[in-house]
Amino acid sequence: MRCGVVMFPGSNCDHDVYHVLKHVLGQDATFLWHQGTRLQGCELVVLPGGFSYGDYLRGGALAAHSPMMAAVRRHAEAGGLVLGICNGFQILLEAGLLSGAMRHNRTLRFECRDAYVRVERTDTPFTHRYRTGQVLRLPIAHAEGNYEDTEEALDKLEAANGVVFRYVSPEGELDDAWNVNGSARAIAGVTNEAGNVLGMMPHPERCSEEILGNADGLALFEAAVEGAVADRLTA
Amino acid sequence: MKARVTVYPRREVLDPQGMAIRNALGRLGFEGVEDVRAGKSFEIDLEARSSEQAAERLRAMCEKLLANTVVEDYSIEVLG
Repeated sequence: MRCGVVMFPGSNCDHDVYHVLKHVLGQDATFLWHQGTRLQGCELVVLPGGFSYGDYLRGGALAAHSPMMAAVRRHAEAGGLVLGICNGFQILLEAGLLSGAMRHNRTLRFECRDAYVRVERTDTPFTHRYRTGQVLRLPIAHAEGNYEDTEEALDKLEAANGVVFRYVSPEGELDDAWNVNGSARAIAGVTNEAGNVLGMMPHPERCSEEILGNADGLALFEAAVEGAVADRLTA
Repeated sequence: MKARVTVYPRREVLDPQGMAIRNALGRLGFEGVEDVRAGKSFEIDLEARSSEQAAERLRAMCEKLLANTVVEDYSIEVLG
């Protein structure tokens, strides 16, 4: 399947995502430069982590208005798969493709460590290879991952079943001590109503090979690749 | 025309930077500092026919880029 990884100035997880898609999963992966305006036939588009535009103004704020994002928006609106990881999630929020906003971590520190997240939904193109309630160990590396929104908006998000991942204890329990950045309702990843756009703070591309000591993230990419193929077959 | 736009975290949103600065002021012996909000300030030079038109354009800039209105409030001062 053709997969595109968007490169913004300051992206730094682009090669990791490309590696997983191309070399671990054997997909037809390509990089998409942010100044471009075409997705070149990509069915899955990934916005990788990093510090696009140096995080000037706010994380993701300037990248959200780059030329390539207009193409990503059209792709998302047409039901195409879009995955935003870390800074990519911030870009999706700033672009309004997902609801909410990011604040500085409650700890005021850049948090770089493993986090435990619970899979809340398995009926999305990205999570159908996990079990509902499954606990994943995924690395996080961010200073602004403290998910916020108004209470009404959070209620609306929950009612639409938009929360895909929550920070939990290793046993899968909601516990404020394990909410690594202080996110509202321990939210680590959200999707849009159609389920084709996913944003998440943890980095599945950093734990997709056993040789790295953790392959909990691989099933997410396997699912996305399958989901896109299935979409094409039913289209 | 010159203008100043300030952007602050909304009151109901936790402002970890402001809290850290308030705590540091307390440690330095500045007593009675009850609250600090840390924000951003933009000095903007723009073309406009009137102050009203400048304010209108600045509002659009805030809504579209300068502020994230989910978590931030903004205020506009047209300096003339």
